[in-house]
Amino acid sequence: MNNFHYERVTDVDTAVAAATGAGNSYLGGGTNLIDLWKYDLAHPEKLVDLNGIDELKEVTELPDGGLRLGALVTNNKTAYHPTVQERYPLLSRTILAGATPQIRNAATNGGNLLQRTRCYYFYDAASPCNKRVPGSGCPAREGHNRLHAILGHSEACIATMPSDMCVALAALEATVRVRGPQGERHIPFADFHRLPGEKPELDNTLGEDELILSIDLPARGFADHHTYLKLRDRHSYAFAVVSVALGYELDGEGKITTARIALGGVAHKPWRVPAAEELLVGQAPSEDQFARAADALLEGASGFKHNTFKIDLAHRAIIRAGAMAHDPSCQRPGAKPSL
Amino acid sequence: MSQSTLPQPKPEIGRPRRRIVGEQKVTGTATYAAEYAPENLLHGYVVNAKITKGRITGIEERAAREVEGVVEIMHHLRRPKMGYFDMQYSDIDAPPGSPFRVFYDANVQFNEQPIALVLADTFEAARYAASLIEVSYEEDPFDVDLHKNLDKARKPKEGIDSILKPMPPDDYGDFDRAFGEAAATYEGEVYHRSQHHNPLEMHATTTVYEGKGKVTVYDKTQGTTNSQMYVSSALGLKMSDVRVIAPFVGGGFGSGLRPQYQVLLSVMAALYLKRNVRVQLDREQMYTFGHRPETLQRVRFGASADGKLTAVSHEAYAETSRFEDYHETVVNHAGVLYPVENVHLDYQLVPLDRFTPLDMRAPGGLTGVLAVETAMDQLADRLQMDPLEFRLKNYAERDQSTGKPFSSKELRACYSQAAERFGWDQRKPTGQHPRRGNRLVGHGMASGIWDAIMLPAKATARLTTEGKLLIQCALNDCGQGAYTVMSQIAADELGLPFEDVTFEYADSKLDASPVQGGSFTTGVVGSAVKAACFALKDKIFHLAQILDGFPLGDALLPDVTFTGGEIVLHADPSVRIPFTEIIAFNKGKALEVSKTNIPNPIKLKRYTRNSHAASFVEVEVDAQLGVVYLTRAVTAVAAGRIMNTQTARSQILGGMVWGISMALREETLLDHNMGKFMNTNLAEYHVPVHADIGELDVIFVEEKDDIVNELGVKGLGEIGTISMAPAIANAIFNATGKVVTQFPFKLGDL
Ligand SMILES: Cc1cc2nc3c(=O)[nH]c(=O)nc-3n(C[C@H](O)[C@H](O)[C@H](O)COP(=O)(O)OP(=O)(O)OC[C@H]3O[C@@H](n4cnc5c(N)ncnc54)[C@H](O)[C@@H]3O)c2cc1C
Repeated sequence: MNNFHYERVTDVDTAVAAATGAGNSYLGGGTNLIDLWKYDLAHPEKLVDLNGIDELKEVTELPDGGLRLGALVTNNKTAYHPTVQERYPLLSRTILAGATPQIRNAATNGGNLLQRTRCYYFYDAASPCNKRVPGSGCPAREGHNRLHAILGHSEACIATMPSDMCVALAALEATVRVRGPQGERHIPFADFHRLPGEKPELDNTLGEDELILSIDLPARGFADHHTYLKLRDRHSYAFAVVSVALGYELDGEGKITTARIALGGVAHKPWRVPAAEELLVGQAPSEDQFARAADALLEGASGFKHNTFKIDLAHRAIIRAGAMAHDPSCQRPGAKPSL
Repeated sequence: MSQSTLPQPKPEIGRPRRRIVGEQKVTGTATYAAEYAPENLLHGYVVNAKITKGRITGIEERAAREVEGVVEIMHHLRRPKMGYFDMQYSDIDAPPGSPFRVFYDANVQFNEQPIALVLADTFEAARYAASLIEVSYEEDPFDVDLHKNLDKARKPKEGIDSILKPMPPDDYGDFDRAFGEAAATYEGEVYHRSQHHNPLEMHATTTVYEGKGKVTVYDKTQGTTNSQMYVSSALGLKMSDVRVIAPFVGGGFGSGLRPQYQVLLSVMAALYLKRNVRVQLDREQMYTFGHRPETLQRVRFGASADGKLTAVSHEAYAETSRFEDYHETVVNHAGVLYPVENVHLDYQLVPLDRFTPLDMRAPGGLTGVLAVETAMDQLADRLQMDPLEFRLKNYAERDQSTGKPFSSKELRACYSQAAERFGWDQRKPTGQHPRRGNRLVGHGMASGIWDAIMLPAKATARLTTEGKLLIQCALNDCGQGAYTVMSQIAADELGLPFEDVTFEYADSKLDASPVQGGSFTTGVVGSAVKAACFALKDKIFHLAQILDGFPLGDALLPDVTFTGGEIVLHADPSVRIPFTEIIAFNKGKALEVSKTNIPNPIKLKRYTRNSHAASFVEVEVDAQLGVVYLTRAVTAVAAGRIMNTQTARSQILGGMVWGISMALREETLLDHNMGKFMNTNLAEYHVPVHADIGELDVIFVEEKDDIVNELGVKGLGEIGTISMAPAIANAIFNATGKVVTQFPFKLGDL
């Protein structure tokens, strides 16, 4: 961990100005950045600490009926916020399925979007890794790849995006509001994270020096029918092997009018296929219908030595999540997977 | 008046007592090896090799030296003189071979081998500078893959460690014939990867340079005497110039049984720079030394139609390093647990380019019994017998593998008491439990067995000038509660209240102690403490006999009771001689006795000495998703006398969690192409969290044993772990019909 400059800022413009330039990093909760630093994977020259920016620490109602989650609100504050719990219980559940209370108390919403993959080879400075050192190779293809992608992977990279929260945000069709030296823009969540392709070093489409201001949720929260099903290697404090964020709305006859399904743990970004969701519209929720949607969602999936089981597991998980969403009240929150 | 009318204080032994150091541990006031802060302390950070095999050809340290605060960089070209002979590096727990010598030469023998040490004014500067060191290597081809090298398996070399970890007995009976004729047979494999100990406290050593080549070493170790001997012989120092102190150890599980490289580096640097030096490993570095060996086992079990086990073949192939033959007792257990007459056993090692494995809680036993007890359930299933009934039908009244009787064996009581508490009569055959929603339900049970080992040990007992008791021994404790139990033993022996006993420990200048491991501490050191206290009692009594006026008349030791700090005469309980009066009579001087307790090997050898356990568990398995939930478990233990019911229960609970971990959670992932472990942190190396554990219940079965040692104690450190993992595997089979052959059983394995 190198020596560095530290600057604590109290407003957005100063933050952006302070961070502009190579080697500068924003600091949220530090739960990912500091680890990467200690592992000799990140070497910031200057740290711009965002924790003094009060305007980014608020949860506010939006005029269109949506909700704005400040980038510096902690994961736990977001999950336990009464409005989030009431109108976006899917998001609340999803956040609480991740990490530990201690980590969630420090982790911020902005930082959560930018956490790096948990690929073992990415985390080991001595291993080749195309994400870390473009062109150096990908030992995960032939190595331990249980946590790795079955969808959307490339020759160069088979890493997954590890966040739980982002899976729900994808399903909710959130918008990421950012500001950079060139001003403010709004990135639809589906366009925020990217597939690795030939540039696995880029996790997302955020510009250099751009600051995340907030995550904006649209009005539709799927409060009546939703679930987050997280399958992992221990019942708490483990990243998803496969996860499903699922929500739908029903009409008076019990037919689905809108459905969303996003998968976690399977790709370099939360995996959504709108055409798969369309298949459900006009149908009464049933095992068969979710199986059809799962087929479409997992089309083209291919695995590696240790993760091929995830294709079938994801299929089963989608069907189960469909059933669970029907009656979200039967789900147990907290540590145990909400089965 | 008879003795029974004397007021008898409640005995300490058998009582629940909190650990005397518990409060310090939980309030953060206990000082661990990395927390001693002598003046002008230098901090060392280790650089580990990034190749698996080869030679160091260059170490570029310029950039590292420019970091502010860096004082020195040490490696094989810059170090004090080190011993030449293998013997000098052979610690008490060393297996046969040529022990690893840190910084000895340019050779790299395993990935992450420590190759340099940066010393700086702060830990941060040392760590940063370490990241700037560039090492060049000449690489050799290597092989770390157990499965691919099974053809290179061979018998282990034998050494003195075979006394504690016996090799398999020769085959007996005629396995091939019996297996061929068996009415029911099972053939299967059990495999697990390497596992690492992961104690919460990472290894660290703070060395205080005392001048003139003398050092005081605060080490993370499971044996102060072992560390002292190792450091002094490896560096050619006088034993008396090295003092090792380790009062608090934040978990060991075997990782501290051998001195690890940080202790030698810390002392080396202190001697080289004549300064105080701390070397602390980080979590990743905790995966750079010993571990439970990756092991592949093959079992073939056969039984007659009426449920008698007739044939057992148990073969195991385990990793070891190229330089030492670490071995465990893996395949011997079936022949002790069951009276089977036709047995074939084989245990072989596959040398690979990895570090030498190291004892990890219940070494060998956990691995071997897993294969035996899962095979037993498969046979029971084929015979359509209840697994418990099958075991009872094959209950060993004596050890068939040696023909010896057991010193004591209450396994039958373990079975019946745990079965009753669990409600085993509710168990249904495989696949027939009613579902709970989406979940299948399974019940499983298994037996456990562990050795009751006896060794010599020495302790000192002193009656202080205040008439209180001081016990001394170099023994140190990873947290199990040994200090407390030793004090309880001493208190009872001299009839003093617990509060009047002080135990001085964990310092190599005290009486030498064996390492704390193998579940033998209470029996071994406890017997020495008891012997020392008894000798002290005798000495006190002799003085009492010649007190002015001869108040005891011609009474002998059996005619008096030591209680409440006094000697009371049975014939006339109004005659009471306080210990303080004895001290006064001794001209105000303390009384002291040191005693070495040497077990009688001839008597011990006539018996097979084991602790036993039985676990009964319930699992729920999600039928579609394959998620396993452990809902509840009961373990009954027969381990001789239980000295402290509170610390004993904690040991067994911890052991049960350990078993859950073996069955469902932990493994270290080795990349065969790179030769290195990949999930080297506690986020990715999964040990159980609370949500994984379910309801655990512990039963101690009464067991009296006059053979094992003077205390009748068999030890509890490992027995609690052994029966859990196979019981869970058997419960998964009962729920799903799936035979678990690879551990841990994970998502996707159904
Ligand atoms: C042991 C462990 C277990 C975990 N388990 C889980 C889990 O099960 N599920 C899960 O989803 N997550 C898990 N996490 C990850 C955790 O959720 C993330 O570490 C956390 O959300 C990151 O947020 P932070 O504020 O601490 O980010 P930081 O570490 O502060 O920052 C991360 C990155 O984001 C940048 N950044 C931060 N804020 C902004 C901003 N406003 N604008 C622009 N850039 C910014 C930083 O420069 C840095 O590059 C785990 C983490 C750990 C350490």
